[in-house]
Order: sequence, then C-alpha cells, then structure tokens
Amino acid sequence: MPTLELAIFATIGLVATFAAAMVVLARKAVYSALFLVLNLFCVAVLYLSLSAEFVAAVQILVYAGAIVVLFLFVITLLNPREEESPSRLKGQAPLAIALGLALLVELALALTGTWAPSGIAASAPPPLPAGDNVRAVGQLMFTDYLLPFEITSILLLIALLGATVLAKGRSRGRRAGS
Amino acid sequence: MIAPLSFYLILSAVLFTVGAVGVLVRKNPLVMFMCVELMLNAANLSFVAFARYLGSVAGQVFVFFVMTIAAAEVVVGLAIIVTIYRSKANVDVDEMSTLKG
Repeated sequence: MPTLELAIFATIGLVATFAAAMVVLARKAVYSALFLVLNLFCVAVLYLSLSAEFVAAVQILVYAGAIVVLFLFVITLLNPREEESPSRLKGQAPLAIALGLALLVELALALTGTWAPSGIAASAPPPLPAGDNVRAVGQLMFTDYLLPFEITSILLLIALLGATVLAKGRSRGRRAGS
Repeated sequence: MIAPLSFYLILSAVLFTVGAVGVLVRKNPLVMFMCVELMLNAANLSFVAFARYLGSVAGQVFVFFVMTIAAAEVVVGLAIIVTIYRSKANVDVDEMSTLKG
C-alpha cells in the first residue's frame, strides 16, 4: 500500500526525470539551464527525504544558486544560435540512445542485483542517530576528512587562478610588454 | 517509511543515463557541460541514498566534496569555453577538432 512518502518520491522522481530529459532535448541553451535548475531542486527534495538536510541546502546554494547562474552568464554572453547543425555521423543520435539504454540496464542490474541478496535494497533504513545532520557532517568532516577538506580549499584557489589567467587573455600582456 | 534503496538507485541510474546520452547527442559545449552536471548529480543522489541506508554520514561528506569539485570544474571549463569563443564566432564541438587555439 503506497504511503505518502512513496507518492512524494514517485512525483519528485518523475519531475526530475522529465527535467533531465528536457535539459537534453531543449532547443535553446537557456531552457536547458532552467530545466537543470528544476532537476537540481527535485534532487534537493530527494535529499531531504533521505534526511540529509545539510547536503540539500548546499545543493541549492552551490549548484542551483552559483553553478547554474555561472552557466546563464556564459550563455547570455556567448549568445549561441538556437539551431544546431546536424552532426557529421548520420546515425549518432539513435546509436547514443541505444547505448544509453544498454548503460541503464547495466546500472540497474549492477546496483540492485548486488544489494538485493543481502536484503538492504528492500529493508527499512536504520533509525537516524540523535542530533542534527549538520553537526554529524561537521564532526566527520573536521576529524576524519580534514585533509580532503584542506585540499579542496587549495583546489578552489587553483580554479580561481586558472579562471583569472584564462579570462585575462593575451592582448593585455602584449600591451604591457611593448 | 521512505522509499526502498533500490528505488533511489534506479532513479540515480536513469538520471545518469539521461546525462550520458545528452553528452553524446548535443553539440553545444554549454549544454554538454550541463549534462555532465546531471551525471554528477545522479552520482551524488546514490551517495546520499547509501549514506542513509548504511547509517554512515561519510556519503554526505563525499557529496560535499563532489559539489566543491564540480564548482571548480565548471569555473575552469566555462573560462575555457569563453576563451575559445573569443577566437571563433560559433561554438560547436564538432568544429573544434584541432588543438590549435
């Protein structure tokens, strides 16, 4: 007997799949970006259903709030033509869809076939630990995973420098040298 | 009771496949990038689902790192696309077949 949680999961899952399909199929790049926002919000709701509140908030802040905004900036800056010319390979799209279906069947078999014998796939989740999720994530991140945390800060610095160097271009360097 | 684990995993597999087909089919590099973000998102969903069902928060910590790395990747990738656009008017991956910049 489907409960409210299952109904919510089915609805959000369908909307997320529809949004993902529209990201691929939309004619204009701006529509793809907006459908990506819808997909990210749906996945954030699924995170909430899995009691991962911190990750859901970070998803909306970072993914939907910063990354997609960056995409929209670049899309409006580049202003591409809506029509894409047909690809060089004639049967590329049907072949991609066929390979995608093969990948989907493989993934579904691998993910559920492996975990079904131990019963974890169909059983209820273990009870949530006491305390809020942010505290649990923070306690784990700053003790066991402190080194990856510091390394990601260096990674962000590298990305910042790389983007600045790429955006500077060559012309300013020449003008300064002459 | 929330949906069983296999439901979340199959949804994650479907989203990943849609993103993979999108990278193969589309030619606009910005839309291809967005499909890569779809794939990362689908992998994050399976991480969080496993984190819930195995009772460990480590999956969510990993999702945090994946999001950080995705942000850094998007920044550098978009900077590269903007740099390519400076020299060529039309951004089309099939025509970017030489490494000459």
